[in-house]
Amino acid sequence: MTNNTTQERQETAAPTAAPAIELKGISKAFGPVQANKDISIRVMPGTIHGIIGENGAGKSTLMSILYGFYKADKGEIWIDGKKTEIPDSQAAIAAGIGMVFQHFKLVENFTVLENIILGAEGGRMLRPSLAKARATLIELANDYGLNVDPDALVEDIGVGMQQRVEILKALYRQADILILDEPTGVLTPAEADQLFRILGRLRSEGKTIILITHKLREIMDITDTVSVMRRGEMTATVKTADTSPPELAELMVGRKVLLRVDKKPAIPGDVILDIQGLRVVDDNGVERLRGIDLQVRAGEIVGIAGVAGNGQSELLEVLGGYANGIGTILLKGQPLELAGKHADGQSRRAHGIAHVPEDRQREGLIMEFQAWENTAFGYHHDTDYRSGILMNNAAIRADTAEKMARFDVRPPNPRLAAKNFSGGNQQKIVLAREIERNPDLLLVGQPTRGVDIGAIEFIHQQIVALRDQGKAILLVSVELEEILALSDRIAVMFDGQIMGERAADQTDEKELGLLMAGITDTDHPHSIAEIEANLAHAHGDAHKEV
Amino acid sequence: MDYITLIQLLDSTVRLATPLLLACLAGLFSERAGIFDIGLEGKMLAAAFFSAAIAALTGNVWLGLIAGIASSLVLSALHGVASITFRGNQLISGVAINFLAAGMTVLIAQSWFQQGGRTPSLMAGARFEGITLPGADAIADVPYIGPLYAELISGHSILVYMALAAVPLTWWLLYRTRFGLRLRAVGENPAAVDTAGVSVVGLRYAAVAICGVLCGIAGAYLSTALQAGFVKDMSAGRGFIALAALIFAKWRPWYALWATLLFGLFGALETRPDVIEAAIGMKVQGQLLGALPYLMTVIILAGFVGKAIPPRAGGEPYVKER
Repeated sequence: MTNNTTQERQETAAPTAAPAIELKGISKAFGPVQANKDISIRVMPGTIHGIIGENGAGKSTLMSILYGFYKADKGEIWIDGKKTEIPDSQAAIAAGIGMVFQHFKLVENFTVLENIILGAEGGRMLRPSLAKARATLIELANDYGLNVDPDALVEDIGVGMQQRVEILKALYRQADILILDEPTGVLTPAEADQLFRILGRLRSEGKTIILITHKLREIMDITDTVSVMRRGEMTATVKTADTSPPELAELMVGRKVLLRVDKKPAIPGDVILDIQGLRVVDDNGVERLRGIDLQVRAGEIVGIAGVAGNGQSELLEVLGGYANGIGTILLKGQPLELAGKHADGQSRRAHGIAHVPEDRQREGLIMEFQAWENTAFGYHHDTDYRSGILMNNAAIRADTAEKMARFDVRPPNPRLAAKNFSGGNQQKIVLAREIERNPDLLLVGQPTRGVDIGAIEFIHQQIVALRDQGKAILLVSVELEEILALSDRIAVMFDGQIMGERAADQTDEKELGLLMAGITDTDHPHSIAEIEANLAHAHGDAHKEV
Repeated sequence: MDYITLIQLLDSTVRLATPLLLACLAGLFSERAGIFDIGLEGKMLAAAFFSAAIAALTGNVWLGLIAGIASSLVLSALHGVASITFRGNQLISGVAINFLAAGMTVLIAQSWFQQGGRTPSLMAGARFEGITLPGADAIADVPYIGPLYAELISGHSILVYMALAAVPLTWWLLYRTRFGLRLRAVGENPAAVDTAGVSVVGLRYAAVAICGVLCGIAGAYLSTALQAGFVKDMSAGRGFIALAALIFAKWRPWYALWATLLFGLFGALETRPDVIEAAIGMKVQGQLLGALPYLMTVIILAGFVGKAIPPRAGGEPYVKER
């Protein structure tokens, strides 16, 4: 059946040169929320088409409709000039569509080969299927430069290779159209470059690629055409060559946006935070931090760069007081307790450490609670918030309303549950709670993850303003652009260690990218193979120790 | 302990391990597909009753077996609808099935037979008899090999041989066929199966159905082969012991065989206190021996057998998301 449709498709595609994909008037609502409003789009074969938009703009919903994950309420899908019904993923695959999701859909304890044939085995018995797939896989790998080890377990390989497995899965199913949803979120810059080289090669082989992203740079680097989505609507489709990042940003947000962070040079003062030889061992006995030495001074932002999972979270957890560590941490010269009764968030706050956690929905807020209740968290013992042994709810609500106004939280309603705010506004609630307490040290993890561009601008301004008041700020982010834009000094973490520190104005993405891959010798060129070997090594180590 | 005693002990081990093995493999199919099933006990019990009841009424043990499997399948379908279609809590559904079976069997037994919630004792033809393998009688007198073949290997009911054959069959199905690959995948990451264009719901129902068939055979074995008739609560926690054995076996078919044989051995020792007394030189309370399998279960469940990693999507209803 798959073969039939493939043939038909080629017959109709060749003479007419119809668009590879044409969506006509797609609408989709989830309850009262209109995720996609009357969207039409044409993608020509052999091109890379970018779809850019803020979180919640409806990009992923649209692609999920194309891949048969959701059914559109209205509208038509045309593939290669033929109207096609896509009720499920099976139909999408049969129509030659492959999708690489943001969160990979791989079976971790299966081999690469098993993952690739799953659902496309081609026979009831596994052995002949595996043998056939192995031969095809080697061919595909050579054709497109997608190197993978067919017999490695997925859980033992790095994310870059896992992503290649996902692409191979689609190609193995003879996909001519490849959709990639935020593919670079988990990659180091070098890995992202390699991915783009692969995509370029796929394009030159006649494949059609749709790239969903919120990173303007990626759109400019690789796409031929780009569509911008805002609040469920397609606001523009333009040739990439005819547009510019500021124009795209304006189309995404609906107003002019400052893409650079405006900040004066830092005037560092006394050492506020002094970390000496900090180690963390997790419940499985794996050493997550392996001797961290780091100082943060008053009036400066120190950024921690690194690929997610290299110990940044553990560092924030120990500093924030909800994980135990071994070593010394001095705050204004006074040692902090790293284990025991006083190693908790409460006493950290008492010491003047405020914390905007990495995962606001799990660590920063209680989603079912209202904004004013969330604003009281961690500070519920404050005299302002109390009357005797009771909480002074009216005072908390009034205070929350003020904070919401100052931080431009929309809607400014203290009685709305946290889950009903958008990502950016949730983050502003957390930020307002932490910053307004006038801390000596602010810990910020992933301040703009899942936050729209407009809110990013505001959040960045708030963090810089706090620095200019002479506060010390430790910023952790996996977005290298954010680290470069905000930080005065940058430390790069890899495998539980700090690989190096650089002044923000004396380094670039390339140098930091190498450090993120654990390569300290940044003066010489390195091959992608070398970087991968290094990453896989660190990854494998962590697994063995478990 | 002399040789003959050892053979007798092992013979008894195999008999007692059989229902555990069948239930353990039943659980293996279900849990490998991501559906936890603590209703093994209830399904065995229902099957034990219906196979004994139908065998008693018709005098045909094969009709009894079919009735047992059918009743177990009905309960499996119930579990499937609750946990797959309606995405309910799998533990609660399992508990409900156990209660339902415990009450329903006695109630129907009383209504049909008026014997205090039991079935009449099954006569010959209405139960599974031991099969004498070819040549067993001929070599029975040969030293060592004779008793080994005639007593231990030969002389079991057909269901015992079916259970033993189910082990390599399960292994083959899981690791050598397309169905097995998909079944294992759906228990680890259903989203991977779904995006590959394979029905998660279909696979999970198939697994639950296989689980029902195997539990049905296990239940039928209890009432028509191991014993001759149904008595109240005759599954006696075997469904739970099978679950413990499944964890002990790390959800693998061959390990399941060894784990259930170990539990079978404990059961066999309980019936032969004289062997224990001869071996350790002191008398051990029968009740203590009887508690051994359960004690062992508790120890295994407390995690003293090293790390057993269950299927990663186990117990989680599959909800489609991007």
